[in-house]
Amino acid sequence: MKKNIFKLALLGLLMVSMWPACKPKNAGNAVSGDTAGKAYVAPGKYDEFYNFVSGGFSGQMSVYGLPSGRLFRVIPVFSVDPEKGWGYSEETKPMLNTSHGFVPWDDLHHTEMSQTNGEIDGRWVFGNANNTPRVARINLKTFRTDEIIELPNSGGNHSSPFITENTEYVVAGTRFSVPPDNVNGDVPINTYKQNFKGHLSFISVNKDNGAMDLAFQIQCPGVNFDLSHAGKGKSHGWFFFSCYNTEQANTLLEVNASQKDKDFIMAVNWKKAEEYVKAGKGRKVTASYAHNVWDEKTHTSKSEIKKEVLVLDAKELQDICYMIPCPKSPHGCDVDPTGEYIVGSGKLAAVIPVFSFDKLQAAIASKEFDGVYDGIPVIKYEAALYGEVKKPGLGPLHTEFDGNGNAYTSFFVSSEVVKWNIKDLKVLDRVPTYYSVGHLCIPGGDSRKPSPKYLIAYNKITKDRYLPTGPELAQSAQLFDISGDKMQMILDFPTIGEPHYAQACPADLISKDQVKIFKIGDNNHPYVSKGESETSVTRQGNQVHVKMTAIRSHLSPDNIEGIQKGDEVFFHITNLEQDWDVPHGFAIKGANNAELLIMPGETTTLKWVPDRVGIFPMYCTDFCSALHQEMQGYVRVSPAGSNVPVTFSLGTNTPAPEPAK
Amino acid sequence: MKKLNLVSSIVVVILLLTACSSPEKKTNPTSTETKAETSDPSSYDPKRGEGKFTADMVKVGTSLDAAMAAEGLKVQGVKCAACHKLTDEKLVGPGWKGVTTRKTPEWIMNFITNPDPMIEKDPEVRAQLELCLVRMPNQALSDTEARNLLEFMRKNDGVK
Repeated sequence: MKKNIFKLALLGLLMVSMWPACKPKNAGNAVSGDTAGKAYVAPGKYDEFYNFVSGGFSGQMSVYGLPSGRLFRVIPVFSVDPEKGWGYSEETKPMLNTSHGFVPWDDLHHTEMSQTNGEIDGRWVFGNANNTPRVARINLKTFRTDEIIELPNSGGNHSSPFITENTEYVVAGTRFSVPPDNVNGDVPINTYKQNFKGHLSFISVNKDNGAMDLAFQIQCPGVNFDLSHAGKGKSHGWFFFSCYNTEQANTLLEVNASQKDKDFIMAVNWKKAEEYVKAGKGRKVTASYAHNVWDEKTHTSKSEIKKEVLVLDAKELQDICYMIPCPKSPHGCDVDPTGEYIVGSGKLAAVIPVFSFDKLQAAIASKEFDGVYDGIPVIKYEAALYGEVKKPGLGPLHTEFDGNGNAYTSFFVSSEVVKWNIKDLKVLDRVPTYYSVGHLCIPGGDSRKPSPKYLIAYNKITKDRYLPTGPELAQSAQLFDISGDKMQMILDFPTIGEPHYAQACPADLISKDQVKIFKIGDNNHPYVSKGESETSVTRQGNQVHVKMTAIRSHLSPDNIEGIQKGDEVFFHITNLEQDWDVPHGFAIKGANNAELLIMPGETTTLKWVPDRVGIFPMYCTDFCSALHQEMQGYVRVSPAGSNVPVTFSLGTNTPAPEPAK
Repeated sequence: MKKLNLVSSIVVVILLLTACSSPEKKTNPTSTETKAETSDPSSYDPKRGEGKFTADMVKVGTSLDAAMAAEGLKVQGVKCAACHKLTDEKLVGPGWKGVTTRKTPEWIMNFITNPDPMIEKDPEVRAQLELCLVRMPNQALSDTEARNLLEFMRKNDGVK
């Protein structure tokens, strides 16, 4: 008998050991036969959607095609990128300036595309810098970062860069509350409750040219603001921010910020805040923050340090902020396409609460409050609650919508996506992700008009999904077909950095307006050479300005003499090409910088300080024609104080006389 | 009993194994369609070239329009001079001397505004490519710029 039990146990063990083989562990057996075709885009064919994905700790933004998962471009935003000269060329250096000076590497978490009437309009995509708080606006005609604005009174710009439905504002809520910049911040850390404040920034966006301006900030109690989304449709005029650490802990938040049964979603009536600004209720406070703007006509950027910001006090102005209790450290804060339902995702909660905008309004009108939190009215939980999704999974984080009444929520701990119906709060479907999903993206999935064909899950852990590459692995994204009742995984693709939020939209919204070249006639760079006849080498003290042109396949001039060791040499290179996809590169030996990549019709500058005497080769780094290898030249560097005159030439074939025998 | 156990465990193992293997359907990847872009080469007119300009559209006078030629020189400096000399000497591309006597005005206008298809089709341009090895770039000339350039080429060829 004992033996038999042993045998049965063995059998049981055998069965258990074989079950994992049945789990859909990789794309090979997790997908059925016809799925490959769904993600297949034939050579020469275009994808249906653009996908703008945060590059996480890389500080950049990546652009993929869907459904193929092909990477098209990494747009440099908050980090230097030697491949594109971003942050290395003289023209782009000011873009990474902050009140702390030049910051070469930041952490981009969320992307948000501009909207008109709650629909993605394809004009700009915004990104947030989490570490040194900033918001960037990227121009989708050029796929370049056109503008970056820093945020004072903030630390860790996490609940950003979410927008209102006509891109009136981009918001930026501080994750770390800190003492305001204009007071003495030299205080004990354990005076958090007295001295630390949370600021929400409202950045206005000019509807014609996208120009950003820090319109106002709202000073709130010191908590951690995590994520946010604007109201839309009926709730347009409101913004919703998830808050955690309402315990106001300043150490071991892992434990100390998880004490309360409920934290909050803060509802902000930004239209009301706007009225208060107009009525002069704001307070101008001193601050210091950088505002960096790219100029497409001069191909240069300027960084300006601004000195003042308008602040509204949420405590003082009683009717702009309201706290809605939300279970257990809410993370995602998502508003459905109708604007009626606000989904909070308590990352430690066992339910997903869904709040009703109508009920919220009624509760405010009838003052159904449950006390105040640091001066902000707290609405009764039930008074704002539409209902709860029961037992949806473990660790809910983010929710996207399909516009057909369904919501899709990611579950980090149970590593799955759960589809549920907003009206009856019933779970409809669930699929595993590989592994530990964070953000989700449906094209237009946080707008009024989703294009619900695909859902992408951006996972935090890759583990065994791809061929290993040492301790650091590619990040993992998974594409699901959501056109049917059941979600179906159709593709697994690697991403850069750690992808947080992403946005996607139909491709033709963006592809139709692409800039192909910069018109040379419109180039107003101060050192442009419109033609080889305008090239020159000019010494001004120890600075030398080289106005150079590049065209297939030579640099002009390509012989330069009279440079001296220790000179600051500025190569201002104009690409004379006027044809799509003909950039030229530029590199010179010993440059303690990067190289340049110059688009057709553009002028870009590389600073070079020769550190020794000798002959320095320079050449084009981007294969441009059959004679690309001939696209080269020499710079002669003489000792400091040398009497070798400045000369420059192209095609002057005058060999030196043979040395006398 | 012992035997039964063994048999049943084998059966279970086989069941497990087969349950896991999913039928793998072979699917044909969507066939790669290639657009039929190559038009009939016999339709190429080597006198006119290929592009928007016809003989009717490009009228040149017997005498030079000096103002247009002056504008054309400006365009030449920015968009052409890096590769073309005004003499008959080859630089990156052939020198310009005599081009207006060898080619029709509409051919020149078409080639400078629409080089890519003509590089594929025009026998003389193909022969030039074998010498120069650099495809003439599309320099995004406007119609006016192209016409002014043509006038400058005429001036360069001695039209007064």
